[in-house]
Amino acid sequence: MIPENLTIVKARAGLNRGDFSAEELFSHYHKKIQEKNEEIFAYLTPFNEPGPITKEGALAGIPCAIKDNMLIEGTRTTAGSKILENYIASYTATAVTKLKKAGALILGKTNLDEFAMGSSTENSAYGPTKNPLDTTRIPGGSSGGSAAAVAGDLAVFALGSDTGGSIRQPAAMCGIVGLKPTYGRVSRHGLIAMASSFDQIGPLTKTVEDAAIVLNELCDHDIFDSTTVNNEVPDFTTTLNDSIKGLTVGVPKEFFGTGLSAEVEERVKSGIAKLKELGCKIKEISLPNFEYALAAYYIAVPSEISANLARFDGIRYGHSVQNGENLIDTYFKSRTEGLGPEPVRRIMLGAYALSSGYYDTYYLKAQKVRALIKKDFDEAFKKVDVIVGPTAPHTAFKIGEKVSDPLALYLEDIYTVPLNLAGLPGISIPCGLGSVSKMPVGLQIIGKPFDESTLLRVAHQLEQALKSRT
Amino acid sequence: MLSDKELDHIAKLARVNVAPEKRETLKKDLSAILDYMEKLNKVDTSSVEPLYQTTGLVNATRSDEPRQEFPMTEKLEELLIGQAPARKERFVKVKSILKK
Repeated sequence: MIPENLTIVKARAGLNRGDFSAEELFSHYHKKIQEKNEEIFAYLTPFNEPGPITKEGALAGIPCAIKDNMLIEGTRTTAGSKILENYIASYTATAVTKLKKAGALILGKTNLDEFAMGSSTENSAYGPTKNPLDTTRIPGGSSGGSAAAVAGDLAVFALGSDTGGSIRQPAAMCGIVGLKPTYGRVSRHGLIAMASSFDQIGPLTKTVEDAAIVLNELCDHDIFDSTTVNNEVPDFTTTLNDSIKGLTVGVPKEFFGTGLSAEVEERVKSGIAKLKELGCKIKEISLPNFEYALAAYYIAVPSEISANLARFDGIRYGHSVQNGENLIDTYFKSRTEGLGPEPVRRIMLGAYALSSGYYDTYYLKAQKVRALIKKDFDEAFKKVDVIVGPTAPHTAFKIGEKVSDPLALYLEDIYTVPLNLAGLPGISIPCGLGSVSKMPVGLQIIGKPFDESTLLRVAHQLEQALKSRT
Repeated sequence: MLSDKELDHIAKLARVNVAPEKRETLKKDLSAILDYMEKLNKVDTSSVEPLYQTTGLVNATRSDEPRQEFPMTEKLEELLIGQAPARKERFVKVKSILKK
């Protein structure tokens, strides 16, 4: 008998004790996916075989899920788009190779907003994923399939990618832990690019300790990704219980302005009060340019998208029309048929922001504001060790509620995008249920660049304190 | 509000066709997003250098030697060009770009 809701730590203990074998554990999850995936639709492509099983490595025998924008050689990778419906990956993403080397078993590829563009997983060309806690609601996005797989116990943990909140926000919506590492920590080789100066791979897990275990395996310099750094990688698991007494926690006053729902504010403030009880010093701070972050993000990111998605041209792979009159007509028709509404919107926005006559007004202006956002954080981190606030302004909304208003959906990213603009690490942890919606609230902790250790330490001890209260 | 001419221009840059029945919605959505961006004009950036990336890494180079991580084999060749819609031997075949 395999217990429900296994964490990595508990699965490891069960495997070590011989309560179950790695084969049995994989079959257990494989069977659950067969039974429940039709309802939740967390997986786009479940795998039937675990692949080679090893006893070596920190993740030996642990079944996990991979967001379907990361390549695994010889298997289908769609990025949630019809344009890659039949695409077979020709190599494996470094992050996935590292998990496999650590012994992890892969249960399948999870659903996402098309090319990771969205906050609800409703933009997937294959249909929406449901929130396992209430199937009438969204699981967040764009890593909604990975979050739903973990929250619905259809995997022990999962990998997601985060360009503007796509790991943290779905983790918040589904009541689990989601960690975006510092930009440059984890290789993006084999991650289908959305916005290259923002994208970062990270874990979605049931506990902070599990997130630390997975992060240990992911961080490294990669010769295939020249934006990865050659920094020392500490063991993130060994410092989780070091005292947080006396640490200074910054609370930006701008995070509690208009747009934040009362039920989220109430839960996040109670989380901050808990940090005070744990001996942290709480300090109000200001991020003066916060209100401009979202606008800067939604210029800079579509600009990178318009360049990155130019490769989908119907020539080398992916959907291609056969009735093109000439080469350029093949581009137009293949892209028009293969790309969904949100990628088209963002490619067009990006093309506009980069176009002659508008470059200075939009693209260059956004990059300058990006510098100001980073400066705000740099100044704040001279005075504080971590910054806390909400992950998202609302709890999980109803499927269909915001599909007709793209800008309303963009506003859901308001607290998560500033970190990506500045390249900072951030984690979302569950902080109870909202009093009105009865859905999970996520509390976001933001760290200094490459200081995931302090981030995880604070997150772990707050998580334990919040658990012991209920 | 974006003009029809602007919409056509952006669509051409983006290499997508916009169906007639989708034009008005797309114009409305893009205009609403661009209006939201207007708030950036309130920020004084006259003395700010743009920030294009956050790691601070400069010129990440490697030695100019052949690498063997992906040795070319028939299998890899098939993985790389086998998915092209049209090919001739080891090459991807494309439509003509010059008029006859």
